Amino acid sequence: MDALLLSLRLALCVSAILLAGGLPLAYWLAYSNWRGKFLLEAVLALPLVLPPTVLGFYVLLAMGPRGPLGKLWQSFFGHGLAFTFEGLVLASVLYSLPFAVQPLIASFESVDRKLLDASAVLGAGRIKTFWRVILPLSMPGVVTALVLSFAHTMGEFGVVLMVGGNLAGVTRTVSIDIYDHVQSLEYADANRMALVLLAISFSVLSVVYAVNRHVSRQISRRLWTPWAAK
Amino acid sequence: MGSEVNAAMLTARVKLARTRAGFLPFVLDVSLQVPTGITILFGPSGAGKSTVLDCIAGLVRPDSGRIGVGEKVLFDSESSLNVPPQARRIAYVFQTLALFPHMTAEENVAFGLDELPREERSARVEEILKAFRVEKLRGRKPAEISGGERQRIALARSLVTQPRVLLLDEPLTGLDAHLKAEIVDDLRAWNAAQRIPILYVTHSREEVNALGERMIAVDEGRVLSEGTPMEVLDAPRHKSLAQAAGFENLLSGTVTDLREADGVMRVRLGESSCEMEVPLGYAAAGDRVRVAIRAGDILLATSRPQGLSARNVLEGRIVAMETRGTLIRARVDCGVEFIVHLTPGAARTLELAAGVRVWLVLKTHSCHFVEE
Repeated sequence: MDALLLSLRLALCVSAILLAGGLPLAYWLAYSNWRGKFLLEAVLALPLVLPPTVLGFYVLLAMGPRGPLGKLWQSFFGHGLAFTFEGLVLASVLYSLPFAVQPLIASFESVDRKLLDASAVLGAGRIKTFWRVILPLSMPGVVTALVLSFAHTMGEFGVVLMVGGNLAGVTRTVSIDIYDHVQSLEYADANRMALVLLAISFSVLSVVYAVNRHVSRQISRRLWTPWAAK
Repeated sequence: MGSEVNAAMLTARVKLARTRAGFLPFVLDVSLQVPTGITILFGPSGAGKSTVLDCIAGLVRPDSGRIGVGEKVLFDSESSLNVPPQARRIAYVFQTLALFPHMTAEENVAFGLDELPREERSARVEEILKAFRVEKLRGRKPAEISGGERQRIALARSLVTQPRVLLLDEPLTGLDAHLKAEIVDDLRAWNAAQRIPILYVTHSREEVNALGERMIAVDEGRVLSEGTPMEVLDAPRHKSLAQAAGFENLLSGTVTDLREADGVMRVRLGESSCEMEVPLGYAAAGDRVRVAIRAGDILLATSRPQGLSARNVLEGRIVAMETRGTLIRARVDCGVEFIVHLTPGAARTLELAAGVRVWLVLKTHSCHFVEE
């Protein structure tokens, strides 16, 4: 059960961080007129197409004792980042970023621009317009972003294996645990955990699609565009 | 009083060039003076009316120019001053109204009053909801409110902030004439006390007549003429304006003779031998000109009329007649084709039909000389 609790804790942390960071990032991506925006959009979509091992490998290098992130972390907290829960959170945030940001962008973009103009001529600055107009009208996208980043983090395997290793109670998440059971031919245990994960993922996705069919369609269009283009 | 009116006047000089791939380059170059009261900004779609409003509101930045209300400068390209829209205190009601769909009518109206203390805010909201007669709808969301009442709420939301200027972009489109008139009356009543400049964009002649006062006609990014609606629309000086103002007959011709002493000139229409007398314009003999005539200003006779003061009597033949609602539209060939509007009764009495020989009677001053 340790593994399940760890996965839940990880997914909660990652969803919270992604929501807090995803809102301003998505706002900027939805409304900026910067010409180089497409580059950042491509970088954001990378976790969708890269094998988790590739992402995990580079994140591991960066977090290692000689990597820039690892060094920085060491100087602040006195211990390394690789093979720790914090390291796992960081890697998962990167890996699930598109699943949080794309739904937010899609729902921000679907807010009628005239409403933003109306807000401005009524005296509202950008911040008031965001909190009072854009965010309330983007709630389905916010829920979708939260739920997708939660579910995606619950189910990740490759990145966790690369960055977290397999330390019981620290970095051994459900998916790693299932892998362990299968390796040890404990199929009954593997099946139990797999069913739990399947049930969680299914119920979470049902919530998303029930929340708003329309927004969901837009989001899936945004999410799968990079693949379709390939 | 006079200085007070001037103090609140909106002045806008705006230049803006837009080139976009796939679109014709659009150049806006206008200079407007909008005193207190309602001024109509009139012109066909694509004339640049909404862009002018966007510039005044601060939603679009002009390439150059100066925008101010009274002493307060809002935009000045020379001193790089550009007050952002949220600080301009210019109210703007869009054609789509843009009511916030997730807020009730009351929340919509209170949106611009966040800085006020609660009591003053609700007093102001209460007052404006009453002035626009929508106090019963306060708890409803825009989707649950009917057309007409939505317009009232949009107006109330804009005006409750006590703006310096009100911009209206075809806000009453789609409403029937009766509802329009009621809303305009309420707006007038409100502005009788506030005395701010109101710039009202429309391309509907009906609304122009209902709103009266002053108008500015624009097309292709330029001001064509300004004055009272009568002055601007009944003597259009520009082809596209004549079309927009409902002149069914736009005929091209050549000036054959100027009679300055009589204040008229003669114009030969098209390649025909048909000649007309029109009021004197800035033209010389041999110039190509256009003449605009309303279909309803032409009389039809079935025999050659005599003893008339009207100077133009043209012989022709009816080509076709069609019924359009309560009027009949006849096409008459006099060498060039004219469109004439008649009542069904007149057509019956005169036994008019395709092929019948007729005479068209036109007063000189029903013929308007129009620039290309």
